[in-house]
Amino acid sequence: MKPNEAARFHPDRWIRRLCGPLFAATCLLATCTGVVVLLVVLGSIVTAALQGPPENPWTAIVPNWSELLALVRKLAAATQSSEPESTGYRVGLAGSLWLLGLVAVIGIPVGVGAGVYLEEYAPPGRLRRLIQTNIANLAGVPSIVYGILGLALFVRAFGIKALALGPTLLAGALTLSLLILPIIVITTQEALRAVPQSLRQAALALGATRWQVVRDHVLPSALPGILTGTILGLSRAIGETAPLLMVGAAGAILRPPAGPLDRYSALPVEIYNYAREPDRHYQIVAAGGILILVALLLTMNAAAIVIRNRFRRYHHG
Amino acid sequence: MSSTTVTGDGSPTRRVEADLWSGHSRSLAFWEAAVTIGLILCAAITVLTTIGIVAVLSVQSFEFFTHAKVSLPAFLFGTELKPDAHPPKFGIVPLVWGTFLVAAGSSAIALPIGLLSAIYLSEYAHRGVRAVLKPTLELLAGIPTIVYGYLALLLVTPTLKRLLEPMGLRVETFNALSACIVVGVMIIPLVSSLSEDVLSAVPRGLREAAFGLGATRFEVSTRVVLPAGLSGVIASFILAVSRAIGETMAVVLAAGMRPQITWNPLTSIETMTTYIVQVIGGDASYGEPKYLSLFAVGLTLFAVTLTLNILSGLVLRRFREVYQ
Repeated sequence: MKPNEAARFHPDRWIRRLCGPLFAATCLLATCTGVVVLLVVLGSIVTAALQGPPENPWTAIVPNWSELLALVRKLAAATQSSEPESTGYRVGLAGSLWLLGLVAVIGIPVGVGAGVYLEEYAPPGRLRRLIQTNIANLAGVPSIVYGILGLALFVRAFGIKALALGPTLLAGALTLSLLILPIIVITTQEALRAVPQSLRQAALALGATRWQVVRDHVLPSALPGILTGTILGLSRAIGETAPLLMVGAAGAILRPPAGPLDRYSALPVEIYNYAREPDRHYQIVAAGGILILVALLLTMNAAAIVIRNRFRRYHHG
Repeated sequence: MSSTTVTGDGSPTRRVEADLWSGHSRSLAFWEAAVTIGLILCAAITVLTTIGIVAVLSVQSFEFFTHAKVSLPAFLFGTELKPDAHPPKFGIVPLVWGTFLVAAGSSAIALPIGLLSAIYLSEYAHRGVRAVLKPTLELLAGIPTIVYGYLALLLVTPTLKRLLEPMGLRVETFNALSACIVVGVMIIPLVSSLSEDVLSAVPRGLREAAFGLGATRFEVSTRVVLPAGLSGVIASFILAVSRAIGETMAVVLAAGMRPQITWNPLTSIETMTTYIVQVIGGDASYGEPKYLSLFAVGLTLFAVTLTLNILSGLVLRRFREVYQ
């Protein structure tokens, strides 16, 4: 160190003492924006659902819970109509639940299967690295691109009439399944990696085959982690709007779908259609729909976080 | 196992043992093979998805360039986007500009706030505070994008009008600034959670050494921990920008659908994702130039986000400090 540099160092310079707390406060403030935003989101939507977009959006009024529940119940039960007072989300809600079920049946087995293959079966090497990189990149593909894929592949089948599904529930569910595949594969792999190696070795030493090891020992032990990933993936699928717009979830459907090959509408798509309307009465309807959607998603995500935290504690003693 | 001596000529003892231990039975071998093949198929679907995306986008884009008689330079460098005019003009520059504006504006909000909260969570927060704040940020990440879009219409734009119109600025109902704000808020959890993972992984020894030399917590955070985790922080920044570029619903509802090249963030703009939604929601029929143009725009969008994602992975690997 040069002498003049040493002379510049004063351990008690005021700026050093000032910087620390100031920086800590700034960081705390930044962290709190997240919490504040969450509260503002919920508060303003509850308010808007009850009274329409307020003149001054910042004066949140304490919501009246019974009124709110009545409103949500009314919206969930009523089918779409041209009158904002009597319209509701019954068709969209039914469509979203159908999608949830179909994605759970189609997307989750494939995702978990791919995760198990990569973690337990695939020999380490170039091919495995390639698949791994590919999945990491798929996770970053914008959801609307999946919508384009679903449109060309499932809805139109490249113009081959016999294979084209048209704008049906199944086409939507297949698209959403591809969309959540990377999430499920990645979380499955993480869960499998957390299973101690000794468990596999013990089972193998007793003569179990590879599949027996996976089915009877590894998978049960990794189940909470896989469950977390599954719930997160499903909640992502439920909240997506853009890909469903691409594969033809229409706004103007007047009855709930009867089967996987029926036309459908979904909750977020209906919300989008109401939110676009300039009429203030429709804004109230949109807020009510968002309330249903957010309540559904926050419950699912909170469940996933709770399961994961329990699981962590269990594994780390 | 039985202790009977086994002779070479297939004695009964051997048969009984084989029945008890079915390790090499034919049905088991069959199941083993079937399951392996099934799992390989599952993994193959992930690869096929990528191939499918690339194939669909490039085949249909090729069709667009040949059918609509739009040359590649006219598409990439054209500054006018008028798909309904005669003759139609398909210049992507206004869409790229709009996308860039939203990405830049939302990054300006999300990157500093996300990084600061990552530093707080990893360096300052007590364990109990962390246990509350981290799941809250994760919940925030679970809110669907359509909600943020609605929020822009309900809350952000009216507030902007209230604040800026007395100053003589005209705020349109759909404007780029409100899109920047909601998208920025939306990607904060992404930045903070990825950066926090990296910063927490910096070994304790480094911090303790710095504290031992008399550094304050501020100095440890900014001059020791942050440089050590820099590659991860930058990787999370790049991912966040990529997410902002690919964001659709929040931008559709907040920024509107008017393709123009402007510096004024208070007017309506159109991004690549919004254009795709606009075309599909409109009356364009299958096979006509306007319809096909959505694939060309989609290909551009895919190329940009894929490049950013790969770049993020490279940064993370190339510049990672290795500790032993």
